Amino acid sequence: MDTFAQQLVNGLTLGSLYALIAVGYTVVYGIVQLINFAHGEVFMIGAFGALSTYLLLFQGQTSLWILPVMIIGAVIASVATAVIMERVAYRPLRGAPRLAPLITAIGISVFLQEFVRLFYDKIPGTNFPSAKQRIPFPRIEGVTGTAFEAGGVVVQKSALFTIGCLIMCAALLWYFINRTKLGHAMQAVSQDPDTARLMGINVDRIIVVAFALGAALAAIAGVAQGLQNANINFKIGFTAGLKAFTAAVLGGIGNIQGAVVGGLVLGVVEALATQYVPGQFGGSAWKDVWAFALLIIVLVFRPQGLLGAKVVDRA
Amino acid sequence: MSPMLEVRDLEVAYGKITAVKGISFSVDEGQVVTLIGTNGAGKTTTLRTISGLLRPAAGSITFQGKRIDEVPAHDIVTLGLAHSPEGRRIFPRMTVEENLLLGAFARNDKEIRTDLQAAYDLFPILGERSQQPAGTFSGGEQQMLAMGRAMMSRPKLLMLDEPSMGLSPLMMKRIMSTVDTLRSQGTTILLVEQNAQAALKLADKGYVLEVGKIVLEGTGKELLTSDDVRKAYLGED
Ligand SMILES: Nc1ncnc2c1ncn2[C@@H]1O[C@H](COP(=O)(O)OP(=O)(O)OP(=O)(O)O)[C@@H](O)[C@H]1O
Ligand SMILES: [Mg+2]
Repeated sequence: MDTFAQQLVNGLTLGSLYALIAVGYTVVYGIVQLINFAHGEVFMIGAFGALSTYLLLFQGQTSLWILPVMIIGAVIASVATAVIMERVAYRPLRGAPRLAPLITAIGISVFLQEFVRLFYDKIPGTNFPSAKQRIPFPRIEGVTGTAFEAGGVVVQKSALFTIGCLIMCAALLWYFINRTKLGHAMQAVSQDPDTARLMGINVDRIIVVAFALGAALAAIAGVAQGLQNANINFKIGFTAGLKAFTAAVLGGIGNIQGAVVGGLVLGVVEALATQYVPGQFGGSAWKDVWAFALLIIVLVFRPQGLLGAKVVDRA
Repeated sequence: MSPMLEVRDLEVAYGKITAVKGISFSVDEGQVVTLIGTNGAGKTTTLRTISGLLRPAAGSITFQGKRIDEVPAHDIVTLGLAHSPEGRRIFPRMTVEENLLLGAFARNDKEIRTDLQAAYDLFPILGERSQQPAGTFSGGEQQMLAMGRAMMSRPKLLMLDEPSMGLSPLMMKRIMSTVDTLRSQGTTILLVEQNAQAALKLADKGYVLEVGKIVLEGTGKELLTSDDVRKAYLGED
């Protein structure tokens, strides 16, 4: 029983991380029908943004009040990356055949990874470590270490932080989409972009908002990942991005609640499969196989995803 | 006095196909002007070009003395030009009230709530069902919503693309009488219709469009009694 509970906790933690990133895929898809495969790198850059903030301002310190500043640094780095990406790479391709932005996305993804790998330690005015190997992520009081143990189940503080971030972000996002004028404009664009323009909505601006929103959540996920793993590197966006994309499709691409549900389901399935699949196919080496097998099974029986592709929308 | 809307030698193309081939017409303040014509004549293309969703290949569009053929669509509505599109195009997964408020998206004044009430007064069903998802509305109800939504921007000129499409005769009458009411309240209207009879009865001025060209123009009465129009559009011979 306690191993089950332990894996459930692990799964929900991992799933929260996936969910935070998955929202970015889904929001952008809901507005422009584009799979932004470089979104994983936006997450990675968020983690580096937090790290850089720490190294520049707080080196050697561990108190909790540093964390919000690191999150702000992460969000700035990610949002700037996403907004520039949209402007420079995707906007000129609007109206082009859909393969063009897709290939571009892969190009941006490779570019950003290599950029961080090669140049992180060469940014003038800093002496950041090289990103070619793992860089230790700062340990912050209150969000690293063990939170509590109950009945043999160990819960990390970073896990509580990650799950808490997901809950808070989901609530804020819900409020934004359903209760604000800009949120309503986003819904309108996702349902009928031409008619939205007739209402006076600047569709280009809404697209930027979608990219920025997804990037902000990915940045928070980047911080959570750093705290959980205690180190980061230039490659973390690849796997996390792929899993989060899987989660978004699993839940129904374009559907925000679907992204959250898809992320949590995927995380829990991975954790449970690691524990319970017997013999040769069990253990953590096979967890990715089970994650993608789940995706394939869901797509065969429910191609629209668990919650259905409902675009950026309410319940 | 110069007309409120003046379209001159307008040409619009989809790729190599020219759908509108050099048309000119004008709408004076306070009038109902109608564009009639059969399927594919270019009526919708014309309206979409005026509201900025399409760009003209040639010609000019002037609204209240200002050239608008280069202005982005989302800025045109703030100039006082609203477009209720063909097929109503309400936002199906949003409530009636949210649809109406989106009509006022470009506004920032304090009177939006007053205008919301005015829309409910014009079409009481919208008020009774204000929290219902608009996609569950019938065609006629959706048309009322689309018109109400367009009015929420407080337009000086309202463009309606086939508001009577697919409606029962009773509902069509209702819509046409609303058009009349709106004119008497001071809104100028450019009405696109296939139902020539109903549109011409109401219109101060009409233009007949055929494969991208204006082939006839005159007052509503003149066109209604013209032999050509009677033969081609009113099913008489
Ligand atoms: N998106 C498009 N791409 C290519 N051709 C188009 C497009 N939209 C319209 N057309 C063509 O342009 C011409 C004019 O179409 P338009 O929709 O303006 O006609 P309409 O007068 O509004 O007709 P209806 O009464 O059926 O609505 C038609 O020949 C149509 O096939
Ligand atoms: Mg039409």
